[in-house]
Amino acid sequence: MEPWEEEEGPEVVKRFMYVNRRAPYGTIYALECLEVVLVAAAFDQDVSVVFVDDGIYQLKKDQDTSGIGMKNFSKTYRALDDYDVEKIYVEKESLEKRGLTEDDLIIPVEVVAADNLRGIMAQQDVVISS
Amino acid sequence: MSKMLDLINKSPFDRNALDSCLRLAEAGSSVLLIEDGVYAALKKAESAGAVGERMNELTFYVLGPDVSARGLDDTPLIDGVNVVDYGGFVDLVVEHDVAQSWL
Repeated sequence: MEPWEEEEGPEVVKRFMYVNRRAPYGTIYALECLEVVLVAAAFDQDVSVVFVDDGIYQLKKDQDTSGIGMKNFSKTYRALDDYDVEKIYVEKESLEKRGLTEDDLIIPVEVVAADNLRGIMAQQDVVISS
Repeated sequence: MSKMLDLINKSPFDRNALDSCLRLAEAGSSVLLIEDGVYAALKKAESAGAVGERMNELTFYVLGPDVSARGLDDTPLIDGVNVVDYGGFVDLVVEHDVAQSWL
């Protein structure tokens, strides 16, 4: 067996975490990361998605981009559930700093304090931040 | 003295453009928040305090289409911040002698 060939037996599933730290629209990071998450989920990996800092603005309800000539991709976050991406975390401190609450968000999330998020991050095999 | 229009297009949580502008803008200037800068107009955000401190000396504007795009139409803005559309943006540029973008 050559080194690049896969081992027999159960497929290795890695824990991938995507950390979103940017607001939508002002830069391309948020949209690009969402697309990467959907691709990774299609490969049946263990995917979790985290929203911290300005990244929480990606999930704000009621986005209407008709006035700025850009695609409103906020509804695509609802597709995460269809891709079996169910581990979606939002940092409590980031919400509070921006005066937002869980009710302001477009999808159900797990709001976690930084103390707990730290532990979840530490369990990952791959962490990709944008 | 030139009448200055200060343009902020970065989130106050991501960059210090707003802080620098608030520190250096001459009284009587106008500040227009656009793109990710519109987050600085939110009343309940931590950045509101710094804006409030210069509310009496500066006139604040925020670009409505950028507010709507970010889902903030029903999120309270700081009292006294004026919402303008693209036409209003053009008017502000015309009314001021100098436009400074705090990139």
